Amino acid sequence: MDFLRPATLAEALAAKAERPEAVPLAGGTDVMVELNFDHRRPAALLDLTRIAELAGWATHDDTVRLGAGVPYTRVITELGDELPGLAMAARTVGSPQIRNRGTVGGNLGAASPAGDTHPVLLATGARVEVASVRGTRMIPADEFYVGVKKHALAPDELIVAVHLPVAAGPQQFAKVGTRNAMVIAVCSFAVALDPRRRRAGAAIGSAGPTPRRASDAEEFLAGELPWDAPAPLGDAVRRRFGELVAEAAAPIDDVRGTAEYRRHALAVLARRTLGWAWQDYLGGRRTCA
Amino acid sequence: MRVNVTVNGEARQADDVWEGESLLFVLRERLGLPGSKNACEQGECGSCTVYLDGTPVCACLVAAGQAEGREVRTVEGLAEGDRLDPVQQSFVDAGAVQCGFCTPGLVIAAHDLLNRVPNPGDEEIREALAGNLCRCTGYEKILEAVRAVAR
Repeated sequence: MDFLRPATLAEALAAKAERPEAVPLAGGTDVMVELNFDHRRPAALLDLTRIAELAGWATHDDTVRLGAGVPYTRVITELGDELPGLAMAARTVGSPQIRNRGTVGGNLGAASPAGDTHPVLLATGARVEVASVRGTRMIPADEFYVGVKKHALAPDELIVAVHLPVAAGPQQFAKVGTRNAMVIAVCSFAVALDPRRRRAGAAIGSAGPTPRRASDAEEFLAGELPWDAPAPLGDAVRRRFGELVAEAAAPIDDVRGTAEYRRHALAVLARRTLGWAWQDYLGGRRTCA
Repeated sequence: MRVNVTVNGEARQADDVWEGESLLFVLRERLGLPGSKNACEQGECGSCTVYLDGTPVCACLVAAGQAEGREVRTVEGLAEGDRLDPVQQSFVDAGAVQCGFCTPGLVIAAHDLLNRVPNPGDEEIREALAGNLCRCTGYEKILEAVRAVAR
């Protein structure tokens, strides 16, 4: 096995072009487990932790460009205002130790259906910036996940950053697990409201071969929310939203839960997170008035 | 490969390190520092928690090569000579140590919490220690130990 340790993004891209089989290594919270348990013996590891270009974030034109190597802890402590949904999801990842190492770029690279940040990336319309020696391209989040632990990257490409719109309204994320900490999602859900554009994003995790948007639920919600004359939401809207979210799921039975339970839980998560998000919106409106 | 790392303030070198080897293995088996414990090897139990450049991490999830040129502080590096760190002393005083296997990781996690938040509430303590499993104290004594240092 080779250990490749590029100091710059250019060096990393050159290394990935030359050795497409090299496994990118960021926080190591997934890859090292596979190595420790002999589940994987890649020909080479490509350490990305020394690359300054991946380690920061910046805001331009109401978009946060979040470097692939920024650990969850920094998302939580530095980006709670701009990216509340992502910060909430990041706060549910593993433990402090894991959040100190794990990155959104790594979450994308692993592309697990249960990855905690995926529903937020989908619900907010994030785009993934990937690069190779051939150039840079942007992949919309809903074209990024193509199968169980499979993504849309070419073998010579690396994830460089994620571009997320600065929150234009309330966002919420919630997940169901068997305990409060250190738990992989049985199912998860994110909702993002954009009152100015009259849009609602909704996406589910851990309830299908890939994380996925709940498009019918999004359309329903955008049409039903009383954006102009905000008032408390009726039960009927929240329930219907929950049903449409559950219908968008394609869960399986596994050791962590049954498909039936996941569908039920998603309907509940959708109802609740929508209630919280709308309450935020009402509260915010009152403060402004 | 060769790995150079500063451990507890001292420049150390490990040779013949396998490229997929963890920092934990290097610390325990190559540098003779068995304080950090090897248990789950998947970041679930926190027994191997060390500071890497001042940030608590699971040493089992850090590739040895990623620690090249970095600074590591293990539980062995907390005490000053024979004088235990206040967190270590508090664990002893509160009876928060039983079999002791989880203790080094918990001490580092608690030490980091108290550096960041000198007076944490119970929820903050619980969240900070959520990545460290203990099979025998029942956690209450551990919480008492952390509360006692906070006071």
